[in-house]
Amino acid sequence: MLNWWLPENVSSFGGDIDWLFHLIYAITAITGILVFVAMGAFLVMYRDRPGRRARYTHGNTTLEIVWTIVPALILVVLTFLSVPAWSKIKMSMPPTDFVVEVNAKQFNWQVSYPGPDGKFGTEDDTLFLDEMHVPVNKPIRVVLKSQDVIHSFFVPSFRIKQDAVPGRAIQAWFDATKPGKYEWPCAELCGFGHSGMKGWVYVHTPADYEKWAAENLKGGGTAPAQEAKPKS
Amino acid sequence: MSAHAATAHGHATHEHHDLGFLRTYVFSTDHKMIAKQFLFMGLFMFVIGGLLALLVRWQLAWPETPVPGLAGILTETGGVLEPSQYNMAFTMHATIMVFFVIMPILAGAFGNFCIPLMIGARDMAFPTLNMLSFWTTFTAGLVMLAGFFVPGGHAAAGWTSYAPLSSVVQYTGVNWGQNIWCISLFTMGIGSMMGSINYITTVINMRAPGMSLFRMPLVVWSLFITAILLLLALPVLTSGVAMLLFDRWLGTSWFLPSGGGEPLLWQHLFWYFGHPEVYILILPAMGIASEILPVFSRKPIFGYHAMAFSMIAIAFLSWIVYGHHMFVSGMNPALGMAFMVTTMIIAVPSAIKTFNWLGTLWGGRIQFTVPMLNALAFVSMFVIGGLSGIFMASTPVDIYIQDTYFIVAHIHYVVFGGSIFGAFAAIYFWFPKMFGRLTNTALGHLHFWPSFVFFNLTFFPMHIIGVGGQMRRIYNPLQYEFLQHQQHWNVIITIGAIGLGISQIPFIVNFFWSMVAGKPAPLNPWNSTTLEWTAASPPPHLNWGPTLPTVYRGPYEYSVPEESADFSPQTQPPRAVAGARRH
Repeated sequence: MLNWWLPENVSSFGGDIDWLFHLIYAITAITGILVFVAMGAFLVMYRDRPGRRARYTHGNTTLEIVWTIVPALILVVLTFLSVPAWSKIKMSMPPTDFVVEVNAKQFNWQVSYPGPDGKFGTEDDTLFLDEMHVPVNKPIRVVLKSQDVIHSFFVPSFRIKQDAVPGRAIQAWFDATKPGKYEWPCAELCGFGHSGMKGWVYVHTPADYEKWAAENLKGGGTAPAQEAKPKS
Repeated sequence: MSAHAATAHGHATHEHHDLGFLRTYVFSTDHKMIAKQFLFMGLFMFVIGGLLALLVRWQLAWPETPVPGLAGILTETGGVLEPSQYNMAFTMHATIMVFFVIMPILAGAFGNFCIPLMIGARDMAFPTLNMLSFWTTFTAGLVMLAGFFVPGGHAAAGWTSYAPLSSVVQYTGVNWGQNIWCISLFTMGIGSMMGSINYITTVINMRAPGMSLFRMPLVVWSLFITAILLLLALPVLTSGVAMLLFDRWLGTSWFLPSGGGEPLLWQHLFWYFGHPEVYILILPAMGIASEILPVFSRKPIFGYHAMAFSMIAIAFLSWIVYGHHMFVSGMNPALGMAFMVTTMIIAVPSAIKTFNWLGTLWGGRIQFTVPMLNALAFVSMFVIGGLSGIFMASTPVDIYIQDTYFIVAHIHYVVFGGSIFGAFAAIYFWFPKMFGRLTNTALGHLHFWPSFVFFNLTFFPMHIIGVGGQMRRIYNPLQYEFLQHQQHWNVIITIGAIGLGISQIPFIVNFFWSMVAGKPAPLNPWNSTTLEWTAASPPPHLNWGPTLPTVYRGPYEYSVPEESADFSPQTQPPRAVAGARRH
């Protein structure tokens, strides 16, 4: 299927977004074409020609009602169709024991993994700059913080975007479905170095991730993060 | 009031000469002169805002190459724009276009020109306040321009100036530029408040005999509703920028978490102003299109009441949709859901308006004059801008397209394709009344067609690169691997933008040449029905002779079956009344 210029989707919920995108694309394209065809036809048919007089009418109540109700219905349906994806992506959090903290600053993503104590902000954390490593097909919870201005966590291929706001710890999640290396730009203007503030998210197969964690994380990344317990 | 106005006219012609240069052309209280002042100011700023846009486009198409003509100014880099200068360029492009181009032209110039003339008033309710409103806005414009010359450069935190980026000097390195930005917008807010109070009072109190609310031309309705939005929205921005300045100067922490403040508070304040603001920019253009389409279709507007009520609906709803700018800001996602519902609903009155414009064309006798072409461009570009808005209304889709070029495409289809084409339509349409001379039709076409083509070449591909993921406000797309493959679009867009800029030259030539050497305009060059065309071209001080026009009918009586002419001015009594008078 034509992807309409969207980058490849490798996220569990990305399909829900892309589906809605394509649906709205179809609705707006059809509406747009109908409007432009009607407009073009009227401009040709009713162009000024000698001897013709314009139709004297002030409107039509039936038409008025139709073109109020029909768009309203379409938009209501669209709203209802958008609700499940929004609830899934932003209003709920799948249970997971994998939590990373991203503390944004001008102009880097600081990524921390908890050590054996399962807590962030302790000495056994492992810190990375502008890179995040995650296993494939596993819900990843990201605790987003910022130490200066507002940044925005954006991984185009994951269809995820969430602002990091100083003073807040905002939770976001994703579940990557394909191993690989995905670009991770900042999407909110954050100063003169905004452009080029980016990192990479490395999605590994479970075996590769275990290997990476054993080599790179303090304590080998074996202990599940405490914060990871699902909200009751 | 009317007695005063009637006697006042006795002196009108003398006064005009007695006032002297300064009171006639500079500190004038005549709404038509103030309208021209707003128009000149807006057009001058349009040039600056446009050049800033070209700087941005150059950088995006050919990143970090010398901008032609800038080697002399940016001597350190040999003409290459630095990231901080790039941020300044897009920040000031948007700030200038929104606050000092579209608002002064649509609300300032055409609000001032159309309201009294089209409701049959001699002037605004408070002429001195009106003058003060212009000079306050003018001062704000000067202050804003001064920001380019301070050390550290002008504001560079985006036109939205999100705190804390905008509230702490170290975060952008901009000190006085951001302060000046705040001071200028504060001043502009006060000026706009003076104007809006004036418009509202004038429309409510100063309509000519017979000019009931539902005989008012739709452009007056649109400006009236715009004035109410201005009155209620601008003070929120004014307070917001004052708070921002307090954070910067007085050590308060409204928006700083380190002092217990909340960065999202700025966004709430800004967008609570900002979304009605979008309608402030587009409603007058909707009114202008509703005015011009019937004239050149020789047909009454389709669904007059639906048109008026849909604008009222937009005005109400515009207060409860603003959260759609903040879907991924960290605002409670449940609120996001509520804002999605209201945002979807606000698309309905816009759809109603579009269908009614189509209904107006249906069965008409369409004359493709230059104002009509621009009005048709407004309608069609607004359709695209409106439809692309539905993508953002859907919260899940917005997660992906928020802060990408898709948004940039959308906003430009609405405010350039909509508001600016609306402004061009209005300028071509009312120019004969405003300056007493006709514009040149050939130059008008030479302006319209390239503008229309280059507009689409510039802004349509932005949808594509936005869907591809290109973020707004980035300095160099080539820094990102996933954007490399679509860089050719950035080049095409920039070529379109340069073409769009060049296309404005015939307009500038036409505007000034016609003003001094255009053919003298007759009283009613377009055979239009509304009141302004019964005044002289240009109308004298106080607009009409000793008696004010009396209104007998609605504003769009074209091709009335029993009448021989294809337009029946609002001042012409209907046949029954005229017959009764004869006996």
